[in-house]
Amino acid sequence: MTDFFQSFGLPYEAAWTVATIAGILLIALPLMLAVAMVIYVDRKVLGAVMLRRGPNVVGPFGLLQSFADGLKVFLQETIIPSAANKGIFLLAPIITFTVALAAWAVIPFDAGVVLADINVGLLYILAISSLGVYGVVMSGWASNSKYPFFSAMRAAAQMISYEVSIGFILVCVVLWAGTFNMSGIVEAQRGHGLGIVNGFFFNPLMFPMFVVFFISALAETARAPFDLTEAESELVAGYQTEYSSMSFALFWLGEYANILLMCSLCTLLFVGGWLPPVEWAPLYYVPGIVWFLLKTFGFFLVFSWIWATVPRYRYDQLMRLGWKVFLPMSLLFVAAISGYLMATGHFG
Amino acid sequence: MIQALAFYLFAAIVVASAVMVILSRNPVHSVLWLILAFFNAAGLMVIVGAEFIAMLLVIVYVGAVAVLFLFVVMMLDIDFAAMRAGLVKNFPLGIAMALILLAELGLALGVYGAGGLELGDAAANDAAQNLGESNIEAIGRLLYGRYILLFEIAGIILLVAMIGAIVLTHRAPKPGARGRQDIGKQISRRPDEATVMKRPTIGEGVEL
Repeated sequence: MTDFFQSFGLPYEAAWTVATIAGILLIALPLMLAVAMVIYVDRKVLGAVMLRRGPNVVGPFGLLQSFADGLKVFLQETIIPSAANKGIFLLAPIITFTVALAAWAVIPFDAGVVLADINVGLLYILAISSLGVYGVVMSGWASNSKYPFFSAMRAAAQMISYEVSIGFILVCVVLWAGTFNMSGIVEAQRGHGLGIVNGFFFNPLMFPMFVVFFISALAETARAPFDLTEAESELVAGYQTEYSSMSFALFWLGEYANILLMCSLCTLLFVGGWLPPVEWAPLYYVPGIVWFLLKTFGFFLVFSWIWATVPRYRYDQLMRLGWKVFLPMSLLFVAAISGYLMATGHFG
Repeated sequence: MIQALAFYLFAAIVVASAVMVILSRNPVHSVLWLILAFFNAAGLMVIVGAEFIAMLLVIVYVGAVAVLFLFVVMMLDIDFAAMRAGLVKNFPLGIAMALILLAELGLALGVYGAGGLELGDAAANDAAQNLGESNIEAIGRLLYGRYILLFEIAGIILLVAMIGAIVLTHRAPKPGARGRQDIGKQISRRPDEATVMKRPTIGEGVEL
């Protein structure tokens, strides 16, 4: 894109700056739109599973429901509890929202369509997603209220636990792809199965890791059945209890942006990102971004399906699953996969 | 130009937030300032081209260590009056440590000005840079090649520390103690062995 702006006669640095800002807007604005639509889809799926209609009043099929909600929230008064730690109370939703957006910088939507094509893309995502916990912990502490504080404690323990096994799963992916670059990881999946099927998903050694990654992604984004941080039957609304209007909306948007990020990570790391599922002629001519969006949306549908179906975990079960099941399992697979790759001479 | 601006921005924030770590009255605020300092130090690493180290700094310190730090500090019930009472007692010790740190910093700067130590193999470094190796490959080559023994020893020490922590906190269940869960048993329970269907007749009740 820098070349495009240079063609207007701008010097390189100015063109680069303009191109980067344009790129950020090109990612952030559609992302916000996608978040609004995805919230609608989530509620619609939940309604369908519960044999309700879901949102169906605002706009055709209720499509504009999220925008109406956004407007409503925007016009509300921001209430700050008098006992709250004001600065941190206001900072927490901003951190959640910013961190959820920042990770999208290294996500490739198509071959070459990525804002920052850095060498350590996967590590960057791991680093940024590990920051997400601060929004929750800070809001829980700054609210100066019991339930948000419990929620913050739960969130801190939960996110750290599942990040460990996610880290090991990413090691498996990196071992097989031989690079930390997101685009490189997608390209490494081209023809992975029998030379025609794209994606690590179809690899018998990687498939269990995909399942573990998906479940860990549910836990990392605190979605059902791991939504203990906002368990409404025990903690009112968890860390969001004291929040109102836009500060509440920022949590909401950040949460869904994170869910979409995890869906797109599943897409990029295991089912071949923008590549068609199989290298066959008609599939091959569909633009890459369509495949990427379709796969991501598919994963999101599974997210909401699980939300509608599965009852919430007990806290000790959650910890047990993370530390006693996923961690040993992913460690075992790191050893197995590196052993397999050494034995078959994958690295020459 | 942009690099220089970014450097001064990150460096200024690191120094300012490090100062704030000491100055803030509230320990939770201190930890948050510390996190900001870590984060901006990672920014400095990116500027010098060590992006792998930068990401590790964020993942390990910000993402794990500082979260646990915050976790503990948030749960502390701190008596500020008692803390300030300790200030006079600990003042000489604090001053001594600050002086030692200052002297070491001066020493390091002096050595750096005198040309510094020759660390590692300069020719190998140049070769790696000419090959266009990424950070990760270069660090991996060093860790798993030249420094493999040290790396393994560090790993073993960490493993021993981890086992030690587990042993210290692990308490063997008392024989015959109630209330311990056998997860496998819980999960393998089926409805037909856990529930009994009865058809009670009115006025007679049920015998289980």
